[in-house]
Amino acid sequence: MFRSILRQSRAFNGTTTRNLATATTTSVTPRIKTFKIYRWNPDTPEVEPKMQSYDIDLNHCGPMVLDAILKIKNEQDSTLTFRRSCREGICGSCAMNIGGRNTLACLCRIETDTAKETKIYPLPHMFVVRDLVPDLTHFYKQYKSIQPYLQTENHPADGRENLQSIEDRAKLDGLYECILCACCSTSCPSYWWNQQEYLGPAVLMQAYRWLIDSRDQASRVRKEMLQNSMSLYRCHTIMNCARTCPKGLNPGKAIAEIKKQLAFD
Amino acid sequence: MARLSGLQREVLKLYRNCIRTIKTKPIDTQDHWRQFIREEFKKNQHISKKQFNVIEHLIRVGHRRFEQYSSTQIKDIH
Repeated sequence: MFRSILRQSRAFNGTTTRNLATATTTSVTPRIKTFKIYRWNPDTPEVEPKMQSYDIDLNHCGPMVLDAILKIKNEQDSTLTFRRSCREGICGSCAMNIGGRNTLACLCRIETDTAKETKIYPLPHMFVVRDLVPDLTHFYKQYKSIQPYLQTENHPADGRENLQSIEDRAKLDGLYECILCACCSTSCPSYWWNQQEYLGPAVLMQAYRWLIDSRDQASRVRKEMLQNSMSLYRCHTIMNCARTCPKGLNPGKAIAEIKKQLAFD
Repeated sequence: MARLSGLQREVLKLYRNCIRTIKTKPIDTQDHWRQFIREEFKKNQHISKKQFNVIEHLIRVGHRRFEQYSSTQIKDIH
């Protein structure tokens, strides 16, 4: 009975609220989910950071956390600040700490249990620029320091691409996919305590990627740069990096491989 | 004058560094720079010396801005 009335009312304003066929079968009881989001404004530095609550009806929201925070920004609080770009896990901009886990907001589903609230923080142990935006300057500086580009003496005779065999290319799988979202580095306790000297899993994985590239000829220099107690050996195989990586990569393994290579030097 | 705390000395160091760097700027803009630096520091003068977090943050921001402005490509400021 209730449903038929509902359907009638739908049909009545059918012109304005036209839904997909599946949408008509879902219940319309609102599913209110609370999000608690870290807020801090650099314009008033004397005000302490706080957690602000926002209520969202999941029936009118996309499935991912990024959809939710975009909805909050559009409809509730336009001062909420965060980075986002591609909304499909390829740019790495929306890395944040959701429910105690570093991940990309665009790849993280909203937990549908409305009894629990979801807490969202910026990446841990990074300086905060504002709200959910961490300062990644030092992270990028470290990335720059490993010289993440091809270094080779002899260039191909035809002046075109540096070619590589299929097997050599296959070695880079699981390394080149890294989007430098900094989720792994900021989940690593070693990186928390020694951010200034230790390079961190993300950067070390890229160091390894260039180390094993068959076309690169600077591997001696690259290895020498890592041959000290801080840059590489602060990794104690805690493996938080592999657990948290939103792209499913394994920086811990790459670091272990570098250690293996350096051990034979 | 009472002995300065580490944090206070840090602030002073940053301030003096900024003031010294004025000399690298063109002579006719040096007054602008001096005024600008003094104003920027004055803006946060009201912050209590017990708010360590705030002061540490401001020092970090200060260093970042100092690096930015000390580039020789930047000649003048308003």
